[in-house]
Amino acid sequence: MINGTKINIEDLNLYIGKKHILKDINVKIPEKKLTVILGPSGCGKTTLLKSLNRLTDLYPEVKTQGKIFNGTDDILHPNTEITELRKKMGLLAQSPYPLPMSIYDNITYGLRISGRRKKRYLNKRVEYYLRQVSLWEEVKDRLKDPASALSIGQQQRLCLARGLSVDPEIILADEPTSALDPVSSREIEELFLKLKQRYTIVMVTHILRQARRVADYVIFMYLGEIIEHGTAEQIFEHPQNPITKSYIKGTYS
Amino acid sequence: MKSLLVPSFKIRRNLRDKSSSFWMKCCYYLVLSMPFILLTGLLIKSSLLFGEKTFSELIFSSEWKPLSGKFGFLPFILSSLWITFISIAIAAPVCLLTAIYLTQYAKRFVLKVMHPVIDILAGIPSVIYGVWGIIIIVPFVSKVASWFNIHSSGYSILAGSVVLSVMVIPFVLNILIEVYRSIPIELSEASLSLGATKWETIKKVLTRKAFPGIISSFGLGISRAFGETIAVLMVVGNVVQIPKGIFQAGYPLPALIANNYGEMLSIPMYDSALMLAALILFIVVTFFNLGSRYLIMHYEKKV
Repeated sequence: MINGTKINIEDLNLYIGKKHILKDINVKIPEKKLTVILGPSGCGKTTLLKSLNRLTDLYPEVKTQGKIFNGTDDILHPNTEITELRKKMGLLAQSPYPLPMSIYDNITYGLRISGRRKKRYLNKRVEYYLRQVSLWEEVKDRLKDPASALSIGQQQRLCLARGLSVDPEIILADEPTSALDPVSSREIEELFLKLKQRYTIVMVTHILRQARRVADYVIFMYLGEIIEHGTAEQIFEHPQNPITKSYIKGTYS
Repeated sequence: MKSLLVPSFKIRRNLRDKSSSFWMKCCYYLVLSMPFILLTGLLIKSSLLFGEKTFSELIFSSEWKPLSGKFGFLPFILSSLWITFISIAIAAPVCLLTAIYLTQYAKRFVLKVMHPVIDILAGIPSVIYGVWGIIIIVPFVSKVASWFNIHSSGYSILAGSVVLSVMVIPFVLNILIEVYRSIPIELSEASLSLGATKWETIKKVLTRKAFPGIISSFGLGISRAFGETIAVLMVVGNVVQIPKGIFQAGYPLPALIANNYGEMLSIPMYDSALMLAALILFIVVTFFNLGSRYLIMHYEKKV
């Protein structure tokens, strides 16, 4: 059922100051599937997600040990070319943070810093990625408007298109619907179901119903540890661990 | 049930309640009306001068001969402009780079150490900056001028600008640090995860986001620099002339007022002329304040 492995996390430990945030994480994230990292707030889900593309580097008090492999590249190795690594992973944050520029420039930003300058090429890419997130029809007449003028739901789809623009292999999504209304949330979920045919998606969520709707593979975390991981069916229908069981049943408090 | 309150006490209590807010309102209106009172006073006092000459004649004339009733403000206005803009040109990049370093690169404790340093810089009385200027900057400027084969006493536009730039730095820097700190870290994360380097992120995303704040900090710096009096007066030379280079002496508007008010008032119209200088100062400072505010509003709508 689960064949290829995309990301392989081995013995990952992460400390913030003296606090042990992630404890002995060992897990394989399957390729071209939607993997959900599930668990209550504050259990280290987001931290785990951010260590995948080393955004944890932004916080000087964070110390990491262990290995994370994307194919054969060790992500955590200090010699890893960090900009190339991050380009392989599109990021979708909790609430949309459009770059302070136009809709058009939000999409072309990643391309321009990669050295793509030709107008025709950029125009084509903008249309392509905006269509990917079903935003093209809504914004095609106002591409030069500031991105902040869009609604929150549109902004989140724009941010997704922006993430796709650098042609990543993996999409990292950190509770991507938590700031959105139900309709926009559903749009994002449907996009993910469409995109997982071509991308490996890792999504953090604490919403059980959302996880049930979209997940192929589930990693259940609690207090910085992986309690259980497996296919959606295994976790939702036959959870082994009592903590997982109570969380899945909704009796977790 | 009978009320517990003693009737006379109740009245007094209500009265006190009303009167307390009355005094608060009075204080508020006093503060609010202050700029208008000042402006009106300056307008009335300086209006005497307009009987004989138009505003533009006064502003664009460079003849300053109070004894024969000639009041041309151009030398003072130009001196003020020179000093203000050179000082901002020195302070602006220093502040911008410092703010970026402190908020994006430095360890957290460095910023913690820096805050009291900035407060100290801001709190030093301006006369001390003036003394420092006379002892260090003026001789240094004189020496620099000699490298260019220019004879200068050192009391010059440049000396005034350097002293002023140091005085403006804490104010501009304080705002800039706040501006950069208030940018959410998620914006950096978004840019970095698209493969941008740290510098690209700072240059193309963060500084763009910070732009209105940067403008407003410079605007505030300009309005502070334009009005600064004592420290500049001590090093700028105070010669009435249109400055032709940065090594020449100048005579900015605040120095004109500070040096002469109360001394030369037997000369007819002199106090009116000084009031006009004050009025110009007032208007320019207000203009830069409002101008930077307008720019912020305009830009925030756009992005």
